[in-house]
Amino acid sequence: MKHIHDPQIRCEEVLRQLFAYLDREVDARTAALIDRHLEACRGCFGRASFERKLKAHLKAAAHKPAPARLRSRIKDILDKF
Amino acid sequence: MDPDRRRWFAAQVEQITDRLYGTALRLTRNPEQAEDLVAETVVKAWARLDELRDPQAFQGWIQRILSNAFVSEWRRRRACPEVAVAPCEEGADEPFSLYEKLHQPFLLWWSDPEESLMANLLREDLERALDALPEAYRIVVLLVDVQGHSYPEAAEALRVPLGTVRSRLSRARSQLQRALWQHAQEAGLLKALP
Repeated sequence: MKHIHDPQIRCEEVLRQLFAYLDREVDARTAALIDRHLEACRGCFGRASFERKLKAHLKAAAHKPAPARLRSRIKDILDKF
Repeated sequence: MDPDRRRWFAAQVEQITDRLYGTALRLTRNPEQAEDLVAETVVKAWARLDELRDPQAFQGWIQRILSNAFVSEWRRRRACPEVAVAPCEEGADEPFSLYEKLHQPFLLWWSDPEESLMANLLREDLERALDALPEAYRIVVLLVDVQGHSYPEAAEALRVPLGTVRSRLSRARSQLQRALWQHAQEAGLLKALP
C-alpha cells in the first residue's frame, strides 16, 4: 500500500510509535499528528487497522465460559457474605 | 449486611465471570489454578468493595484485582523477577511484523492474505500463540492488551521500570506475530477465500 509524504510526521515515525499510539500512550500532540497522518496515508492506515483488529482478537481470546464447578464455588462464596 | 449491596455485587460478578476465568486461564495456563485465582479475586473484591468509587468501573476494577493477585504470587515465586524472562530461541527477539509478511508482493498477486488470515484465525490459534510466549512476555501482553492497563500501571504491578514494560511488550508482540505467521503457513490459513 502506498505511503505519502507528510511534512508533519514521517511514516517511519508513525510506524515506530504505532503500538504506543494504539495503546493510548503517546502525548496529545503526537496522537493528533498520527491521527491526521492516518487520515491521509493509506499505507500507515492499513497497518494501523490491522494491528487494531489483531488487538481486538487478542482481547476476545481472554473470554472463556467458566466451568460449572467454578460458578458453584462462587455462589458458595457469595452465600457466605 | 446490606442485601441490596450483596445482590448488586453478585450480579456484577455473574456478568464478568467468563472474562475473569478466561484471563485467569491465559495468565496461569492451568484450569485449576485459574479457578482458584477467580475465587480469590471474588473474595478480595468483596472485602475491598468500599474502595470502588464508581460502580460503573466495576469490571475494570475487579480485573485489576485479579491481575494484581496473580502478579503478586508470580513475583513471590520468583526471587528475581527482572531475570524471569526465559531464554528465547536465536532470533526470537528480532522485530517481526505479521502485516509486512502478509503484504509481500508475491502473496498479494493471488489473494487478500490479510482478509484470509483474519477470517480463518481461530481463538485457539491466538490462545496457543499467547501460551507459547515466555511468562514475563505473556503477562505484560495480558495486562496491556487484554486488561487495558496503561504502561505505568503495568510497570507498577510488575515492579519493573517503564522501559522494561515497553521492551517486553515490543518483543512479546514480535514473538506473537511470528508464531501466528508460522501457524498461518502451516495450517494453510492464507488460501484464497471462496
